[in-house]
Amino acid sequence: MKARAFTYVRARSLEEAVTRFGEADGEASYISGGQSLVPALALRLQAPAVIIDLAGIATLRGVMLEDGALRIGALTRHADVLTHPLIGAHAPLLREAAPHVAHPAIRNRGTIGGNIALADPASEFPAMLLAIDARVEIFGPAGFRQVPADDYFLDLYQTAAEPGEIVTAILVPPAPPGTVIAMDELARRRGDYAMVGAGLQGRFSTDRTVEALRIAFFSVGATPVRAKGAETAVIGNALDAVAIAKAQRALDDDLDPMDDEEVPAAMRRHLARVLLGRLLQRMRDKT
Amino acid sequence: MTAPVPVSLIVNGTEVSRLVAPRTTLADFLRFDLELTGTHTGCEMGACGACLVMMDGEAVHACLVFAVQAVGSRIETVEGLAERGAIADLQAAFHVRNALQCGFCTPGMLVTAHALLERVDEVPSREEIRDALSGNYCRCTGYEAIVDAVTAAAQTRCCGGARPADALQDEGVQP
Repeated sequence: MKARAFTYVRARSLEEAVTRFGEADGEASYISGGQSLVPALALRLQAPAVIIDLAGIATLRGVMLEDGALRIGALTRHADVLTHPLIGAHAPLLREAAPHVAHPAIRNRGTIGGNIALADPASEFPAMLLAIDARVEIFGPAGFRQVPADDYFLDLYQTAAEPGEIVTAILVPPAPPGTVIAMDELARRRGDYAMVGAGLQGRFSTDRTVEALRIAFFSVGATPVRAKGAETAVIGNALDAVAIAKAQRALDDDLDPMDDEEVPAAMRRHLARVLLGRLLQRMRDKT
Repeated sequence: MTAPVPVSLIVNGTEVSRLVAPRTTLADFLRFDLELTGTHTGCEMGACGACLVMMDGEAVHACLVFAVQAVGSRIETVEGLAERGAIADLQAAFHVRNALQCGFCTPGMLVTAHALLERVDEVPSREEIRDALSGNYCRCTGYEAIVDAVTAAAQTRCCGGARPADALQDEGVQP
């Protein structure tokens, strides 16, 4: 249960970090909070020769409004997501999800950039990024680029970021006035990975029909998943029992969970339906 | 290139400098280099919470931080918290409520409880205490007594500073 010996590099800039990664010939890992990486190293799931610490790179810090969008620096810790006023005001779904992310002591070290870079399909924030239509800012040898969350999560722990690229920030479009959110998960113990979880963000018109809605599930497959059929089922309708039932049925096509040792696929489908029903009702009650 | 590197940090108020291998966790650094064995190592992957320490004023898993990452930070271990009296009320409440059996998890429980009580202004509910303790395993499953003890200490802190043992006697609990 100890990491393999490695060389430790404390990078002072993004350029230095990327250069050192390149020099390591594929044998390097970045570390920020390390709350997922260190256990992986202890279990020897990963055994890089070089570990490049990003924690000292000042440009990865900070939460600010920039060109009308909320910019959440990659080193923003989960504990900060919980309490930062700008995140609470402009990305309330992230704040809603934060208490479900691991335990308090993990939240004091874990960073949103590291979380998104890892792209664990059972993790909360990746799905929330889909629900809020965020973009992921990435830095690599060719400079900065941005990838919409919809195009970022490719497969199990696989993202649009190439090896050696660094997730530098999460960019959140401003939530329009009247935005309604709902988030929850079904887990055996608070802080454990959810059996099923989901985040919803939408808008209602004055006659209480659904104007816009994004639904994203986690712990239901290799990546976080948009439930587009369920979205379509309710957009343009009032959130009555008929519309909610229609959205729940649409999940059959939206989600394709696999069987695993703990939760059979059929049970996950059932839990997803139950959860979606609860969350849509919660949204309706808020309007 | 994996040779030891210099690490300087402040542990329990004292500046310490050592050469450590980069793969050394903060938990092992505290235990083996500084002989502060109150920080326990259990799962060594962030699940059990036996290794919690305060790092720059916040509870973190010492097994999930490499000592090299902690350079320049201020660490307080369970020994430091105990010696400066910061957790005397929690220790007394744990004792009185019999909130430990084998005691292996106790340092982490105390650090978590301390961090919780530092963070809140009121007596937390049992649910809030359970939530705060969700990252700490007690393999003797003594959770009820632990939540009792944290509740008792929180009540004493909030309600005028009576000594926990006295307060408990007032409630009819025999120390």
